[in-house]
Amino acid sequence: MAVHSRAGALPPLSLLKRLHYAWQHGDRVFRLLTGAAALAVLALVLAIGLKLWQQSALSRQAFGLTFLVTSSWDPAVDQSFGALPFIAGTLVTSLVALVVAVPLSLGVAIFLAELAPSWLRQPLGFLVELLAAVPSVVYGLWGLFAFIPGFVRPLATGLNSGLGFLPIFEGPVLSPSRLAASLVLAIMILPTISAVSRDVFRAIPGAQREAALALGATHWEMIWQVLVPAGLSGLLGATILGLGRALGETIAVTMVIGNNLDASASLLRPGYTMASIIANEFAEATYDLYQNALIEIGLVLFVLTLIINLVARLLIWRVARTHGNPTS
Amino acid sequence: MLALTGVATALAILPLLWILSYVLRQGAPAISIGFLTHLPTPVGVPGGGIANALVGSAITVGLGVLIAVPVGVLVAFYVATHPQAPLGLAVRFGTDVIAGVPSIVMGIFAYTLIVVPQRHFSALAGGAVLAFIMLPIIIRTTEEMLRLVPASLREASLALGASEWRTALSVLLPAAASGVITGVMLAVARGAGEAAPMLFTAFGNPFMNVALDQPIATLPHTIFVYAISPYEDWRAKAWATALVLIALVLVFNVAARLFSWWRVRKLGSVTR
Repeated sequence: MAVHSRAGALPPLSLLKRLHYAWQHGDRVFRLLTGAAALAVLALVLAIGLKLWQQSALSRQAFGLTFLVTSSWDPAVDQSFGALPFIAGTLVTSLVALVVAVPLSLGVAIFLAELAPSWLRQPLGFLVELLAAVPSVVYGLWGLFAFIPGFVRPLATGLNSGLGFLPIFEGPVLSPSRLAASLVLAIMILPTISAVSRDVFRAIPGAQREAALALGATHWEMIWQVLVPAGLSGLLGATILGLGRALGETIAVTMVIGNNLDASASLLRPGYTMASIIANEFAEATYDLYQNALIEIGLVLFVLTLIINLVARLLIWRVARTHGNPTS
Repeated sequence: MLALTGVATALAILPLLWILSYVLRQGAPAISIGFLTHLPTPVGVPGGGIANALVGSAITVGLGVLIAVPVGVLVAFYVATHPQAPLGLAVRFGTDVIAGVPSIVMGIFAYTLIVVPQRHFSALAGGAVLAFIMLPIIIRTTEEMLRLVPASLREASLALGASEWRTALSVLLPAAASGVITGVMLAVARGAGEAAPMLFTAFGNPFMNVALDQPIATLPHTIFVYAISPYEDWRAKAWATALVLIALVLVFNVAARLFSWWRVRKLGSVTR
């Protein structure tokens, strides 16, 4: 057997000698392994995008970009597919969830970072983070049988009777509804937004606080006029991170949104989101175009959450750079 | 104004207390040893249980951990040793991307990757999708712990003549072990609660199954199926299963926190 002339190549050896060689040159193996693992992560990201792109080919070719703006979804008769109701439903529920969650999260973050007595901070912070630990399916179960009858329905009835002239609160009041889904989403994204916001506040140096107080500001003025503006891009990043989570939330939303192709603007009626149509209909997609259309919705969801998460990370990273402290 | 933030915090914690107390009240009556050891019975037949879902969750989560931990730790080592290299930055970015992928999209990916070529649902596909979901959690916590290990420890080991891989295995890994364990516990808590990807990978199974190439039941999937069913006794079982799941998830989360708190108290720092 000829010995390879390439420098550093292994000559043919017995197993024992090979093991001895590896032990002595284990660094190379180690570096190879870690490098391969790193490449595997990148390969995974590319594979997800690629597979989604490939497996939605039929639907992309059949409908093109009009897929995103067509409202018809008729797998049984017409075999026409349009994703607009789902995209609209996802955006509406996520935005309403943000409108509810952001002020609350800001309040929680300010309370835990600045105002709470130190013995209270850890336990309260832990409780808020436990909200994130509750599995999505338990949120759905509780939402369906406790939250909707106990809170959402009375609230919806009240909103309808008081503000029913607004198209978003138009009757009839039905449940499950988009309002229920938005509120459950708000509860689910609150811990994310408040945790990142707390980190943002902690990253702002104490000198800023002391300077404001020394200049005669009240505690509240210091928080509102110094800390919040200083951490604004980080807080924005936290919000967008929460938005990213809300966009992709599946099981809890499927259980409380009603899964109805309702086209009205009212929040008090059932709706549909991208994630919940996939969850509901994927296992029943009997022909290829149907399945491809659902996978294309998955692709849209993937790209949407990708962009949103990137923007969020960029904003948070900017705050970290400005104040010299890593926040995430 | 200051009081408003306190009110906001109370409002934030209220749903948690509501959920925990409600699940406890609804689920506790149906919990028994029989519930945890019997297989599901047809609708209307008393007695059933969730033994297959408990075993199924253990298998899929275990499989996920088996795949995600070695890969995740290796990736964390790479990123910790090459923080500024282009591949290191790209991997950090890639980890964030994977963390942000909705679990249903992960489920579609695992479906097209594993279920379609194999032509059947399987516990393997379920384990794989959980591995993908757990991977970023493990990478992040391990990498953070590795960064906290003082450079002097690594340099001392290298100065004493250990090679890079011996240093990594015998010095750095034990020092970062508490972070790895915390990461695994948090990942397990997350993976055990995922229902959406299971819808088209593990698919659920009314019978007991331990084979990796067959569909398998999991706790969150069982809750989902029972909860949206029209049968009263199935819905009661959904609450009991939810109680079991939330108890497991909370135990792992609290254990992860207590573990890292204990480590800090005992050793005076977060690393060895």
